[in-house]
Amino acid sequence: MVATTGSHDVMRTADGVPLKIKLRRAERMRKVWAIALVAPLFLFLVVGFILPIISLLALSVEDPDLTSGFPRTAEVFQEWDGEGFPSPEAMATFAEELSVAERGQFGRAAKRLNYDISGFKSMVKKTARQSEQLALLPLDQIHDGFIKIDKDWGDPAYWYAIKNASSYYTDYYLLWSLDLQRDQEREIVGVSPDRAIYVDVLLRTIEISFAVTLLCFLLGLPIAYLLATLPTRISNLLLILVLLPFWTSLLVRTTSWLVLLQNEGLINDLALWLGLWNEPQELIRNRFGVYVAMVHILLPFMVLPMYSVMKTINPWHMRAAASLGAPGWKAFLKVYFPQCMPGVAAGTLLVFILSLGYYITPALVGGPGDQMVSYWIVQNMGQTANWGLGAALSCVLLLLTLVMFFIYNRFVGVDRLKVN
Amino acid sequence: MTDSMHSRDQGSNEPQVRFENVQKTYDGEVLVVKDLNLAIEKGEFLTLLGPSGSGKTTTLMMLAGFESTTHGDIVLNGRSLRLVPPHKRDIGMVFQNYALFPHMTVNENLEFPLQCHKVEKSARETKIAEALAMVELTGFERRRPAQLSGGQQQRVALARALVFEPQIVLMDEPLGALDKKLREQMQIEMKHIHQNVGLTFVYVTHDQSEALTMSDRIAVFDDGIIQQLDAPEELYERPKNAFVAQFIGENNRLRGTIKEFAEDVCLVELPSGHAIRALPVNVSGVGQQTTLSLRPEVVVVGAVESDGCDDIFTAVVQEQIYMGDHARVRLEVFGDDDFVVKVPRGSGHGGLEPGQEIRIGWRSGDCRALDAA
Repeated sequence: MVATTGSHDVMRTADGVPLKIKLRRAERMRKVWAIALVAPLFLFLVVGFILPIISLLALSVEDPDLTSGFPRTAEVFQEWDGEGFPSPEAMATFAEELSVAERGQFGRAAKRLNYDISGFKSMVKKTARQSEQLALLPLDQIHDGFIKIDKDWGDPAYWYAIKNASSYYTDYYLLWSLDLQRDQEREIVGVSPDRAIYVDVLLRTIEISFAVTLLCFLLGLPIAYLLATLPTRISNLLLILVLLPFWTSLLVRTTSWLVLLQNEGLINDLALWLGLWNEPQELIRNRFGVYVAMVHILLPFMVLPMYSVMKTINPWHMRAAASLGAPGWKAFLKVYFPQCMPGVAAGTLLVFILSLGYYITPALVGGPGDQMVSYWIVQNMGQTANWGLGAALSCVLLLLTLVMFFIYNRFVGVDRLKVN
Repeated sequence: MTDSMHSRDQGSNEPQVRFENVQKTYDGEVLVVKDLNLAIEKGEFLTLLGPSGSGKTTTLMMLAGFESTTHGDIVLNGRSLRLVPPHKRDIGMVFQNYALFPHMTVNENLEFPLQCHKVEKSARETKIAEALAMVELTGFERRRPAQLSGGQQQRVALARALVFEPQIVLMDEPLGALDKKLREQMQIEMKHIHQNVGLTFVYVTHDQSEALTMSDRIAVFDDGIIQQLDAPEELYERPKNAFVAQFIGENNRLRGTIKEFAEDVCLVELPSGHAIRALPVNVSGVGQQTTLSLRPEVVVVGAVESDGCDDIFTAVVQEQIYMGDHARVRLEVFGDDDFVVKVPRGSGHGGLEPGQEIRIGWRSGDCRALDAA
């Protein structure tokens, strides 16, 4: 040890440099290395993961259609308190903007208005065609002019819908994704039952994920136990069988279930031939098909973490428990299983969160009543080009995943997820 | 164990455990245990000693119920154990790697067997406290096994095997993982614990000094057969065959042929032409090949006729190794140069130089004529 001359002196190395500085110098190179190693992945994460999520979150609270299509109308409607009808001046602004607008310009805005009241889009188009005369009317006749073109303009709900779409930032899509909307008093209320589908879809998503996780756990536990306790030679072979699905495309595996389970598929043919049932059974395009295909695909994600933890459990513990008077089931429950918990926790969390976002499998082997949130995200993002709703649903899914994660953390404790 | 059972056991003179013609094979080709007959008395400390692969651990595992017997039967208190599963045998066990449950505290580890044996909750606490006091770990209840040292884990494992008061406690090389000093300390402690609890201990080890230190009786295993079953002194001083003599303690082996044979002494001629008088142990007659066994410490260095030695020879010192309390001296005698004697410190023979000639001798009763193996 290097001697210090007094108790208040800094510790110094043999050449007189304070120890702390020397240490920092020695460590600096290592720090630079560590940062250099992490940097590419970090950048990738920012560009490929964090930025998309932020833009998605932004998309779900933006409502740019009307503000870009009819900017001045949006401005004046925002000032209207939403009671009764807007002022004639506001109506005139709307008529004027309709008259000068190019067709493509108000297409998106009309579509946006159509979300609120179906049929609004054609009504706007119809009005736009006659808007030149409308814009010339004096202020006190302008409302009647609108009504003359379409009598629905006499319904305040249509005017309110325009106001509703007139602010750039909105909770409209987020509410919609939860089957909610704001009424004319700006109160949050449920949408009409014929439009309410997303809460059901969310509940169904949770239900399917939960069932798949449970099935994977029940099927995976014995496999993992077998893998961990068999002699290495046999267990390595089994492990390859478990890993085999990873080498095949997800789509191929799902479509192969389609082949197996359809009405003229292998399973039905075999069962008919064996006389198990007399006419082809519906095994696909329903919940059964979804469960079979999803459990099959997700099973390795359950087995592998459990296996890796079970592998580390001392096999003598079961013997020790027996020598202490515990019958086999008790030894398993009290001694073996608690030690598997980190693996079980990792496996169930992995499968559950993967299930929440499942799209392709339910889309291929499920019926209309088995589609999960991701399906509707794709629908809205692609098919109907309702980006706002698609983004809002994505946010809800993200939130759902986080909530599930935290509930899980409360009960199981993520700090126990120590997969070796 | 109730008093009535006690008296019945003593009255019937029946050993607590009896192995009856037990054979064991794992592969159907090699017998790991060959025709084992062994009686274990109630309350004794029996050690199964032998090199690895001698069948001692297999014997223990068959008693614990983790291995089946291929042939024969094991009887505990007059009842066959053939169909009794391990958890119903009422046999505690301490494993080589302790096998403490890592997700439980020390307290929970000790409570587990009590739970399994349906001991009432109120009684559990006292029993756990007693067991921990016995292994001197009071105050460690809340710790987990990972927070304990190897020696402490070993004590917890011992306490856990004792806490539910089984009929027998089995131990499979429990001290193997400890360092020498701690191991020796634990040997003494285990012996004391055995004396205090009065349970039957069956202990497996390959360490002969450990066996000698602790046991009431030692069964020396080799090649699936008990070579000798005796008290430590008997075993060390009067080994019955060449294997036991060589396995336990140090031993000078001299091969020769029997020239004269009587009940209590025989004359053995060595290849070098020397003739030695020895005690016939398992030799039967003239002309037979034999191995003479001489413990280094029975050889008198610098012997003269008045020492009571029956045979005295001249040897040449080859090497002296200083061992602290004694010196090991390698000698050339009878045409071989690996004859070892022990010279205690302060015996006046400290300064032996290589090449020096000395006289060595022994009583013929200490030189045992064993089988030729």
